[in-house]
Amino acid sequence: MAEIRFKVNGEDTVVDTDPSTPLLWVLREQLKLNGTKFGCGIAQCGACTVHLNGTPVRSCSTALAAAEGAEITTIEGVAGADGARHKVQAAWIEHQVPQCGYCQSGQIMSAVALLRDNPDPSDEDIDAAMRGNICRCGAYGRIRAAIKSAARA
Amino acid sequence: MGKWTRRGFIAAGVLSGGVLAVGVGIREGHRAPKLAGLVADEDETLINVWVKLSRDNTITAIVPHSEMGQGVFTSMAQMLADEMDADWEKVTFEQAPAHEAYANYPLGREFIMGDATVPGFVQDSLNGGFLRIAQSMGLQITGGSTAVRFTGMGGMRIAGAAAREMIVKAAAKTWNVSATELRTENSYVFADSMGLSAPYSDFALQAGKYAPPTQPKLKSPDQYTLMGTSVPRVDIPSKTDGTAEFGIDVDLPGMKYAAVMGPPVLGAMTQGVDDTYARDMPGVIKILDKGSFVAVVADGYWQAENAIRQLTVTWSETGAEQLTHEDIFQKMRAAMDAAGDKGEKDVTVGNVQRAMANAARVYEAEYTVPFLAHAAMEPLNATAWVRDGKVDLWSGLQNPLAVRDEIAAALDVKKHDVTIHNVMLGGGFGRRSNADYPLMAVEIAKEFTHPVKMIWSREQDTQQDWYRPASVSRFKAALDADGMPLSWDNLFTEKHDPPEASHIPYKIDNQLIHYANAEHHIRFGPWRSVDHTQHGFFIESFVDELADQAGMDGYTYRRKLLAHSPRYTKVLDTAAEAAGWGREVPDGRGLGIALVDSFGTVVAQVVEVDVTGPEPRVVHVWCAADPGYAMNPDGFIAQIESGIIYGLTAALYGEITIENGAVVQSNFHDYPMLRMDQAPEISVEIINSGEKVGGGGEPGTPPIAPALANAVFAATGVRVRSQPIANFMQGLS
Ligand code: FES
Ligand code: FES
Repeated sequence: MAEIRFKVNGEDTVVDTDPSTPLLWVLREQLKLNGTKFGCGIAQCGACTVHLNGTPVRSCSTALAAAEGAEITTIEGVAGADGARHKVQAAWIEHQVPQCGYCQSGQIMSAVALLRDNPDPSDEDIDAAMRGNICRCGAYGRIRAAIKSAARA
Repeated sequence: MGKWTRRGFIAAGVLSGGVLAVGVGIREGHRAPKLAGLVADEDETLINVWVKLSRDNTITAIVPHSEMGQGVFTSMAQMLADEMDADWEKVTFEQAPAHEAYANYPLGREFIMGDATVPGFVQDSLNGGFLRIAQSMGLQITGGSTAVRFTGMGGMRIAGAAAREMIVKAAAKTWNVSATELRTENSYVFADSMGLSAPYSDFALQAGKYAPPTQPKLKSPDQYTLMGTSVPRVDIPSKTDGTAEFGIDVDLPGMKYAAVMGPPVLGAMTQGVDDTYARDMPGVIKILDKGSFVAVVADGYWQAENAIRQLTVTWSETGAEQLTHEDIFQKMRAAMDAAGDKGEKDVTVGNVQRAMANAARVYEAEYTVPFLAHAAMEPLNATAWVRDGKVDLWSGLQNPLAVRDEIAAALDVKKHDVTIHNVMLGGGFGRRSNADYPLMAVEIAKEFTHPVKMIWSREQDTQQDWYRPASVSRFKAALDADGMPLSWDNLFTEKHDPPEASHIPYKIDNQLIHYANAEHHIRFGPWRSVDHTQHGFFIESFVDELADQAGMDGYTYRRKLLAHSPRYTKVLDTAAEAAGWGREVPDGRGLGIALVDSFGTVVAQVVEVDVTGPEPRVVHVWCAADPGYAMNPDGFIAQIESGIIYGLTAALYGEITIENGAVVQSNFHDYPMLRMDQAPEISVEIINSGEKVGGGGEPGTPPIAPALANAVFAATGVRVRSQPIANFMQGLS
């Protein structure tokens, strides 16, 4: 056990847990932020994607210790301070992207990071940024279209 | 008070607070084959829906299906609202609790009224046909592409139309005008001649006094205002901000977490669990030997999962310990050899023997497909709370009522003491129609007084599945001098559902379609489109081979054999035209076509493949689909796109292999999924032929594998006779 301090969606957070626990389970079970999903546990699917100091990481394979002092953003923290949807979320609705929806928190976290670093991504850029996120419902075409329209927004 | 009517089982009444409720249970002549054994009477399909009209003029559709990505809440509400002339902005939905809730006294009361008295109309129904319907599990099953086809067409629309008629009748009485002078729009009744208008809710009390119409008049397609339009899905916003609640998100006070492990060789039982290392690990509360599986319950899921990996479990021998998937294929081939030209008969038309005797030549081929896991994105999970003789279960289920009954039987409690809380499914694809995982959760939770959330690791999810069966299919066709088929002889293994999956759309005068099943220990599960996945590949590959034998392209040959069916021809033509069939393609590319009629929807697809890289890459899929009528075109297209990617993933990479009796693959690194960079462009064209409405969730899947295989042939001249195709191609180089 150890006290680990970090920020989650802008809020100061302290947890007292085994620092080897994957961040995913700390977010879900201790902080009750259930928007971040478990899909594989081995960094293969992207369902658990969050931002650590702005970089998308797979929280299932990121030990809590790595979050010490860091800023974590989850799907719950993506909307604007006034609750306004992020342009990626709006584009997701416009293109009716989600089907079962289970992968979509991770997809959106990857897309938000992509567009922040690269406001006008090419198809190849989208492939590279999004290929770590599996969508078992096969919404890839809509994800691509939504990213492009968010880029124009 | 309304009464159940014999024919239509329509009921209506007013609940406390002035809420008008109209319910429908309908018999139908045709029932979904998948439901066989679940329905009380052999010749009935049972449907059960409700609509509520509240005092504030909002309308609630109560949907007896599970949302697993197919937009079912939206399409159901859309059908109801259209018939009711409802204001779409004021239509909401609720998921029905396990079906019998409507008929079961205390639960029904709680659910429908939220107050203490059961109105007479519900009590009538308890003793009448409705009780029988409720008891017989009805259609509260999500699968077989049944939602729009049965519940929507037979239930939602009728409930909406009946409610509207009763409201109009009440308005006519209140205003003292003839009902024919009234019109309805946006949840208002208008008497234009008198300049009057009022919201539906003003007439709820009066409407509730009437017996519901036995046969409310339904709209014709030219009168639709919502059906046939792409209204946005109601569940989507919650799926962009993390608020949608899936089974895995259920959170209860005092809840603990369980990890589980099943036998590597399916069917084995525990013979001892060595927990020397696991029992003292942090957070571990209890280690449970449940015979058919073991579980670790801990303060957190990670702790439980870590501990379970430290257990040493001895499993009983089942006799399958040496078996490989190759052995299973051998068994299948042996069964087929033994069957010869006999076996179980599926279709017999004309005389195949005679056709063979008259043939210019006979052409034969054999195909195989491997086992497949479902790999829904959300690993299986269920949360159970067992206390005071009562059971609560939270889980994403495709068949909640059957699960409730199985839990009641397993724990020896009354059915009405089991409450199923169905939540959103992170994918189902057939896997979540099985009761194994909720039963495991209950078996674990009964050892405690607090709730327990059981989560399967991805490894368990992959290795403890109910699999799309591996199977073998052999074809023999007698050809005339032009290469056209005189007869079609198809012998296959693994017949499950639906029964017509092995039938062909083509007109061939002599047909023998038969099967021989082999016993093995890999358990069968329905997998998106069920038997159509394998038969689509088998049939459509072989037809393509015959086309080549006749010196024709796949489109022209099929078109000749489909001349009897304008519907099939149109679908085939539409896909071919969209793809520019017959055009020149660059070297290393090829076009392939396939057509499959499944779950009432006819789908043709053309694939353009590029074989210049290390594995075949699908560049574009052109799809034409005729579901009779697409209720929500964009939603329908989304499902077809999804079905294509699901089928393409399997066709390219999907393979579960068996070594030492156990499933080899365990997670996405060795059971790979199609990803963004491999996803083709997909164009879907809908044909609203006006035929009986078909499904949307499954029919996109079957044609993609054969269309791809046929495209590979066009590009390489090599026939693909087994899957996955990526492996097959590697085998060539
Ligand atoms: S759960 Fe983290 S990548 Fe799959
Ligand atoms: S929407 Fe279901 S997995 Fe992506």
